[in-house]
Amino acid sequence: METFDLLMQGFSTAATPLNLLYAVIGVLLGTAVGVLPGIGPAMAIALLLPVTYGLEPTSAFIMFAGIYYGGMYGGSTTSILLNTPGESATVITAIEGHKMAKAGRAAQALATAAIGSFVAGTIGTALLVAFTPMVVDFAVSLGAPSYLAIMVLALLAVTAVLGSSKLRGFASLGLGLAIGLVGADHTTGQQRLVFGQPLLVDGLDIVVVAVAIFAVGEALWIAAHLRRRPMQTIPVGRPWMGKQDWKRSWKPWLRGTAYGYPFGALPAGGAEVPTFLSYVTEKKLSKHPEEFGHGAIEGVAGPEAANNASAAGTLTPMLALGLPTNATAAVMLTAFIQYGIQPGPLLFDNEPDLVWALIASLFIGNTLLLLINLPLAPLWAKLLQIPRPYLYAGILFFATLGAYAVNLQAFDLVILLVLGALGFMMRRYGLPVLPLIIGVILGPRAEEQLRKALQLSGGDPAGLFSEPIAVWTYILVALVLLLPLAISAFKRLRPQPQGVPAGAEPRGEAASAEIRQEATVASSPRETIAEEYQYQHDRKEKP
Amino acid sequence: MTVLVGYIPTPEGAAALDRAIGEARSRSAKLVVVNASRGDVFVDDRFVQSDGVEALRKRLDGEDVAYELFQPIGGHDSADEVLEAAEQHGAELIVIGLRRRTPVGKLIMGSTAQRILLQAECAVLAVKAAK
Repeated sequence: METFDLLMQGFSTAATPLNLLYAVIGVLLGTAVGVLPGIGPAMAIALLLPVTYGLEPTSAFIMFAGIYYGGMYGGSTTSILLNTPGESATVITAIEGHKMAKAGRAAQALATAAIGSFVAGTIGTALLVAFTPMVVDFAVSLGAPSYLAIMVLALLAVTAVLGSSKLRGFASLGLGLAIGLVGADHTTGQQRLVFGQPLLVDGLDIVVVAVAIFAVGEALWIAAHLRRRPMQTIPVGRPWMGKQDWKRSWKPWLRGTAYGYPFGALPAGGAEVPTFLSYVTEKKLSKHPEEFGHGAIEGVAGPEAANNASAAGTLTPMLALGLPTNATAAVMLTAFIQYGIQPGPLLFDNEPDLVWALIASLFIGNTLLLLINLPLAPLWAKLLQIPRPYLYAGILFFATLGAYAVNLQAFDLVILLVLGALGFMMRRYGLPVLPLIIGVILGPRAEEQLRKALQLSGGDPAGLFSEPIAVWTYILVALVLLLPLAISAFKRLRPQPQGVPAGAEPRGEAASAEIRQEATVASSPRETIAEEYQYQHDRKEKP
Repeated sequence: MTVLVGYIPTPEGAAALDRAIGEARSRSAKLVVVNASRGDVFVDDRFVQSDGVEALRKRLDGEDVAYELFQPIGGHDSADEVLEAAEQHGAELIVIGLRRRTPVGKLIMGSTAQRILLQAECAVLAVKAAK
């Protein structure tokens, strides 16, 4: 009951006119960036970080929550009407959604996506309310060695499980950890990677790093690929659903939610795996299997619910442990740090007003999104007619302004450009950006826990394994790293005849690659990070 | 001897195409159809997509004129693309569709038709959409 009271208090904070206004701004912005391929909620929040510096933290986070959920809604619109996923989480939606749109059922596809997102988002947020305090209770009892182990797990899982090329993932993680090391060491005062530059002693501002990697890198990358064959959206009226559609949608919504939340909450969460699993399940369970591949509504309802539920799931480790598992959560964590709020299990005790207002605003934002998305979907599709030069010039302008505003130092602009060039090169050579940003944020915090654990044990490395949770987590880490190797070794030793499954995981991966490729056929030059990801995925998984 | 038409899938574009086919036939000239996009937007309704291209080709095949169809995505204005194609093919006539624009709209967005009318080296025939 205590949780309920706190949540109600959160609602009273979040429902003040000013905060409601920020929620509306957030969901509008979020839907807009979700609709536009290549611009995601992570970039939007990164760009807004410097602007929101003067705001109440609560208002800023209410806006960020709106952007986060809005991005998930907006992405489905582009997927369905254009067959270009606006977000990596909506890649699967495009498969059936675009087929439905082509068959003249765009209105129903948009409706089931929006209502499914609402249902899943609401249930997911309710699960967040129910589970997060439990996780916090558990997390408070953890010591430094366990924290370190969990952070290591998160870092490695994000790097090795998501994305395709492990080598590229680890290269990116290494870059992130190195960037996180810059500056004076907090324990000894030793200067690291400073290159005699006094302005670097304080370390790189995470805001500048996030803006550079997400905004400048992406803008430069798009500028290098400005011309492409334009496409046509499928004209659509107001989204609506018939009785039959409701009947076929509600079960996939619930099943998608059941997939999405736990996967989002895992350290290697992300929305790609649960959306894919949901799609496969719906295909198997459907009473109309012949419709799959030609626009089955279940194939839109399930994955759309899964991606919104996973968005809620991602917030569980973010709020309870200070562990970001996707890019948007990572940038939101940056915002906590920027406001001088210490992320971690004590967040609920130290900042209950902020946390519960944030959670309450998720419910509010979700409802607002349903209200603005159902009638306005055709209008959102018009955003795709903005010429990209205008869009990205605006983004670069905001990025530069923001990076300068953080410390009012011209030196930050140099860093912005250097790291922006790094972001561009990473996209050019197919390095995923997620491990880098997670490395920058988690690296220094993991180091702190490592130092603490070693100080407690008097420098004895055995101290790192002094807690049972730590040991179990390291076993998990070993499994995460070794399992794929073991499976591929096993497959090499015993070549299987074609068509016989050689273990569930690799088969699922291959099928997923196939499906993903199908979904991105329409967009030949790979534009977004997500597409780049998939492209490499495809290339690697192809026999 | 070439007749060039700047085509977009709108009533104005259709009117221009109809007229251009007629002109090409009466002059027994080759017809060059240009449908350009700057290629910097995700969605451009004035760019003919693959199924539209098929329908367009079928229609042109049905008329007894020799034709060529170009869809340049060069990062230039459609006006530039039309003018350049006209020069390349030594067009004797450019046919374009016109629509009513408010002065303000023209001020903000510019006018492709106006640029073609003023800058073309050859004769330009501007056609209105059928009411």
